[in-house]
Amino acid sequence: MSSRERILGRVQRALADVGQDDTPYEQAVPREYLREHGERSVEQTVDLLAENLADYRAIVHRCTEGELAALIGRLLAERGSKTVLVPTGLDEEWLGATDAERVPDRGESTPHELDRVDSVVTACAVAIAETGTIVLDGGPDQGRRRITLVPDHHICVVRVPDQVVSAVPQALERLDPARPLTWISGPSATSDIELDRVEGVHGPRSLEVVLVSGRPDAEVTP
Amino acid sequence: MSGTFVGMPAFPKAAHDAVHNETLRGNLRHATHTIRAKRANAVAELSDWAELREAGKRIKDHTLRHLDRYLVQLEEAVTAAGGTVHWAADADEANRIVADLVKATGESEVVKVKSMATQEIGLNEALEAEGIRAYETDLAELIVQLGKDRPSHILVPAIHRNRGEIRDIFRKEMSEWGRPAPEGLTDTPTELAEAARLHLREKFLRAKVGISGANFMIAETGTLVVVESEGNGRMCLTLPETLISVVGIEKILPTWRDLEVFLQTLPRSSTAERMNPYTSMWTGTSDGGAEAGDGPRHFHLVLLDNGRTDTLADEVGRQALRCIRCSACLNVCPVYERAGGHAYGSVYPGPIGAILSPQLRGTASDIDASLPYASSLCGACYEVCPVAIDIPEVLVHLRERVVEGGPVTREGNKVVLQPAKGHAAERAAMRAARWAFTRPGVLRSGQRLASRTRRLHPRTLPGPGQAWSGSRDLPAVPAEPFRDWWQRTNGGNTEKGTSK
Repeated sequence: MSSRERILGRVQRALADVGQDDTPYEQAVPREYLREHGERSVEQTVDLLAENLADYRAIVHRCTEGELAALIGRLLAERGSKTVLVPTGLDEEWLGATDAERVPDRGESTPHELDRVDSVVTACAVAIAETGTIVLDGGPDQGRRRITLVPDHHICVVRVPDQVVSAVPQALERLDPARPLTWISGPSATSDIELDRVEGVHGPRSLEVVLVSGRPDAEVTP
Repeated sequence: MSGTFVGMPAFPKAAHDAVHNETLRGNLRHATHTIRAKRANAVAELSDWAELREAGKRIKDHTLRHLDRYLVQLEEAVTAAGGTVHWAADADEANRIVADLVKATGESEVVKVKSMATQEIGLNEALEAEGIRAYETDLAELIVQLGKDRPSHILVPAIHRNRGEIRDIFRKEMSEWGRPAPEGLTDTPTELAEAARLHLREKFLRAKVGISGANFMIAETGTLVVVESEGNGRMCLTLPETLISVVGIEKILPTWRDLEVFLQTLPRSSTAERMNPYTSMWTGTSDGGAEAGDGPRHFHLVLLDNGRTDTLADEVGRQALRCIRCSACLNVCPVYERAGGHAYGSVYPGPIGAILSPQLRGTASDIDASLPYASSLCGACYEVCPVAIDIPEVLVHLRERVVEGGPVTREGNKVVLQPAKGHAAERAAMRAARWAFTRPGVLRSGQRLASRTRRLHPRTLPGPGQAWSGSRDLPAVPAEPFRDWWQRTNGGNTEKGTSK
């Protein structure tokens, strides 16, 4: 007998005392919990995202579409980044104001090559206000999972309010499980030494999130 | 479960030694109290915590009730997405599968994500015996591995070490395993974390094989989920060419949507955060299509039983399989706080370990027979459990099993467990009592004899009863048996001063 059959047989014998139950799954589990917590306007939801991102030590910037390229250019320059990883489908205009050398996201790049790049700029799939989380789904403007992992500096652009949801249940609805997904809440961190939080053990030590809105009157708070 | 720490004394002895270690107690007290307070705040942010907890419990119970169906569904989904599924009935089989898979790649070293399942089966040691070196990449696991130590907490395995001890371990041991600690390393957490970053990065960048566990597996889609903080998980899950995940069969959730419950309750219960820094989700391999080359080209899922189906067979104890390994129960437990994780003699310490280990391993050894007693039954563990495991109920149930014996399932077979030897005196006393209580004449004579000789009774019991009376006062025998008094006074009505 294969171990597969052995284990499945054990499960069936172990459940011999449990009566037949053909309740459809949708009815078997009560889902009386909330879809989101509290009532907020769209602006308040975006504010909460900014607040919770900052609470987990991400650096948050806000700007309009028109100001985005200049802001990204300034962030890369302030960091002294000479090279920047670029997903294949990233809006070219976003990098219109930087001199940093572009390194394309290529399947054949070795981890050592990625390790020599200073920064990475990506978009995201969705952002969750209540938890301060951005989610990447490997789309063309986000690239392979490793490009947002190996470099030490990640700039992530979130379109507000379109890409922002309030809570985890709403985010899952928007995501496709068939894609590789990475949920990011602040930069890499550990609390393994006396529970003192330290940023940047293995992932990027700096996470900068740019909340970009289409409204021309949105204020810039760098 | 082969993860028994060899030569481990029973809990009372191990705990006795641990509570006299002042450093250990200080480290543990600081850690558990800090995280306990933070967790309470994080949970208080969600007004629907009770409903989330109930939903989590019901999802897990439903899954366990139909586990065979969901395992088959998961296997189909993972296979359809390009992965390969293996089934392991016990630790030895799981270790052999993993070792063979690693050997087939031609590699002799692997990087590992912190995983309770691979600790439980002793994978690192098994690989070592096959000439394969396994590098732990979680900072705490690295500290434990370099210190030739054992983990003492589910979430923060090096919780028993302070910064000075960690610096000493890094200075002394890092060069044995790869890049040495930087010159002049101090004991600030930032410097220690940086030393670990440099030490491990060279391993990540050259690794061809990664090994992980998983927090959740989605039957509907074949998706695996790993929740972490440092990014070492992401490194191991995405950079190597081959990924092998060893996961307990109870970690299944039926649907994608179910994650909405656990991604809210797990981070808040474990690290007391709204969300942990990194969560990775992958479905099979991402060969072909637009995301060509995103992540490992080969993915193997090893489904592990190792005592879980035996636990499932126990009507009371099976609820332990709901556990999502958040470790909230450890941080509130007054016994864990003083005894530390090592005293439990298992990779699963604390209240959940006290019910999980004796079920996964059976209660044949001294340490496993003693674990159901490693509790004051205060109930704090049940209060904080995000899937509402009634740990005190299972503890009492397991105590009964240890004392009374009875039918249990071991390796899929029904066997009758003998009562534990240590309780022979108690059982003998109970048998004598039953004999006397069913013979009124004998009971009366015995009571009269006891009353008349009361001045001669010792203050402590002799022989096997000594341990019992060592910490208890023996009840004083009255001058006259109750039944004699009742007959003499007509229930108190004719006695002077007591009549109404």
